[in-house]
Amino acid sequence: MAKVQLKNLQKRFNDVKVLHGIDLDIQHGEFVVLVGESGCGKSTLLRLLAGLEEISDGELLIDDVVVNHQPPAKRGIAMVFQSYALYPHMSVFKNMAFGLKIAGASKADMQKKVEEAARKLKIDHLLHRLPRELSGGQRQRVAIGRAIVRDPKVFLFDEPLSNLDASLRVQTRVELGKLHQELGATIVYVTHDQVEAMTLGDKIVVMNGGRIEQCGAPLSLYHHPKTLFVAQFIGSPKMNVLAGQVQQASATGVSVMLECGVLAEVAVDGSQLQSGDPVSLGIRPEHLSLGTELPTCFAGEVTLTEELGEATYVYTSNGAGQDLVLKVDGHEEIAVHSQIRFGFKAGMAHLFDKDGMALPRLLKS
Amino acid sequence: MKALFFDRSQPATGGWQRGAQTGKALAVHAVLLTYTVIALFPILLVLINSLKSRKAIFRDPLGLPSLDTLNLGGFEQVLLRSDFGLYACNSLVVTILAVGLVLLLGAMAAWALTEYRFRGNLLLAFLFAMGIMIPIRLGTVSILNLMVQLHLVNTLTALVLVYIAQGLPLAVYILSEFIRTIPKELKEAARCDGISEYKIFFAVILPLLRPAMATVAVFTMIPIWNDLWFPLILAPGEESRTITLGVQQFVGQYVTDWNAVLSSLTLAIVPVLVLYLIFSRQLIRGLTAGAVK
Repeated sequence: MAKVQLKNLQKRFNDVKVLHGIDLDIQHGEFVVLVGESGCGKSTLLRLLAGLEEISDGELLIDDVVVNHQPPAKRGIAMVFQSYALYPHMSVFKNMAFGLKIAGASKADMQKKVEEAARKLKIDHLLHRLPRELSGGQRQRVAIGRAIVRDPKVFLFDEPLSNLDASLRVQTRVELGKLHQELGATIVYVTHDQVEAMTLGDKIVVMNGGRIEQCGAPLSLYHHPKTLFVAQFIGSPKMNVLAGQVQQASATGVSVMLECGVLAEVAVDGSQLQSGDPVSLGIRPEHLSLGTELPTCFAGEVTLTEELGEATYVYTSNGAGQDLVLKVDGHEEIAVHSQIRFGFKAGMAHLFDKDGMALPRLLKS
Repeated sequence: MKALFFDRSQPATGGWQRGAQTGKALAVHAVLLTYTVIALFPILLVLINSLKSRKAIFRDPLGLPSLDTLNLGGFEQVLLRSDFGLYACNSLVVTILAVGLVLLLGAMAAWALTEYRFRGNLLLAFLFAMGIMIPIRLGTVSILNLMVQLHLVNTLTALVLVYIAQGLPLAVYILSEFIRTIPKELKEAARCDGISEYKIFFAVILPLLRPAMATVAVFTMIPIWNDLWFPLILAPGEESRTITLGVQQFVGQYVTDWNAVLSSLTLAIVPVLVLYLIFSRQLIRGLTAGAVK
């Protein structure tokens, strides 16, 4: 367990700046998830933490010690790679014990630690196999076990579940969550899967173009995204966004004339806005509901439905730039090409100014 | 690495297609068989004639040894009345030392050139590439001069040194290519495990290089074992003769003891065959399977 502090951390590859000054505080035992689209610098940030890449500028502190120039092993970190990176010519036991052996641990100590970790991960019956004789999920566990036996201050995970098939991914995700509670370790976890981020993280860091876009608890990111980017990144299917102009704005609500010709009521603090300002309105699919009695109402033709059983995603279009997705109850029967009417309550929508910054929502608690 | 060279599951759609497949396979086998016969024929000739009497060799060079013509005099001459044991020992020492050092130094150089960025990296790689293109024999006079000054003439050390220089460029080239295929996560995982760079090379990389090293060993070993040029120039002394040079004592200006020549050549095949079998067992594909998905 350790706390990690990043102070204005920067990374340049030759002249290309990849990370533009990252500030982040990670508490003891916190599970921090870095998310973002590919190429946003999240993996690079993880490699800086690990010591696999040189830090160009700024400071990295682990337990209040600057570790900028320390090699990976000295930092007290352990990393689990997306591709597992097991030593192919060594048995599972040797794979897990290798780091300990190099560190000069006694044989009995090694045996004890490896067996304990193997038991925790339910791989104790595989200790004498070679990596190539294991399935993907088992290899992943060995890779995690290799990290556990070293008893690191910080665990670093680089998209550890991306190579697993869907059902195994869900299962391993649950186990990772349990493992975190059991070990109480500080974990930094990189993923592009926002479900993993939402379910595992104590804190989510959304990155975009080498900067931290927003950082906070999963639900606060969901309910109070600071920017349009975060709003669209968190949630699946992603938030519907409609362009419009402010018609009337006050501290208790804003009415927006949308480009598709609908007048929308949004419960946000609009005291900064002038009428005529261009804005973007965001509404999540799960906050749109069928009916005609709602303050803001749309009409559209159903172009596609995705029936998941518990819910149905309905894709609609009105042919004038208004393409909306709504999530309805799985019992609703909606035919493709039928005309439907749907809408949202004023408190459910988000509003973003022309720079993509969110206006404070007026949520009734 | 997924080596699926042999997993060509052909869709069996039509008879003519299967026929064409068989025809193709036959043609390929015919070509390969012809080549094998051509390559093995001289060796077979050496083998059968080494067992025949001198007259029989000249009367019917292609005939198999019969009861009348069977004659093991050549082997007697070689094994009992010459220093064949010493020559074979010299050859073995030179070959094993040279191949071993080429492998070790070649792997280390290849690792350094591919893994680390340092000043002169490109220049070094270029010099090694030159070594592949320019035959070392062009430098024979300078090498001889050098060996004379170092007082290494008529020693096995001279031969080992020259053969290392001869084998290193190709070894570095082949091993570098192979090292590039090793996933970089493996090295990074090792670094996170706190393993020193030396240990990464010896404990993680070297075991994975085994198939490539076996290839290099075979490529390096055969020319060294068969070489006549450098032993003749650098180590013609009685004590430091290698097998190929030792055979020459049976080739005279006026008379050649063909029985002895052919017998010693037959015997010279054995050690190199054993070495080849050892190395070729290491040519196992798919050793990195299971490292990364």
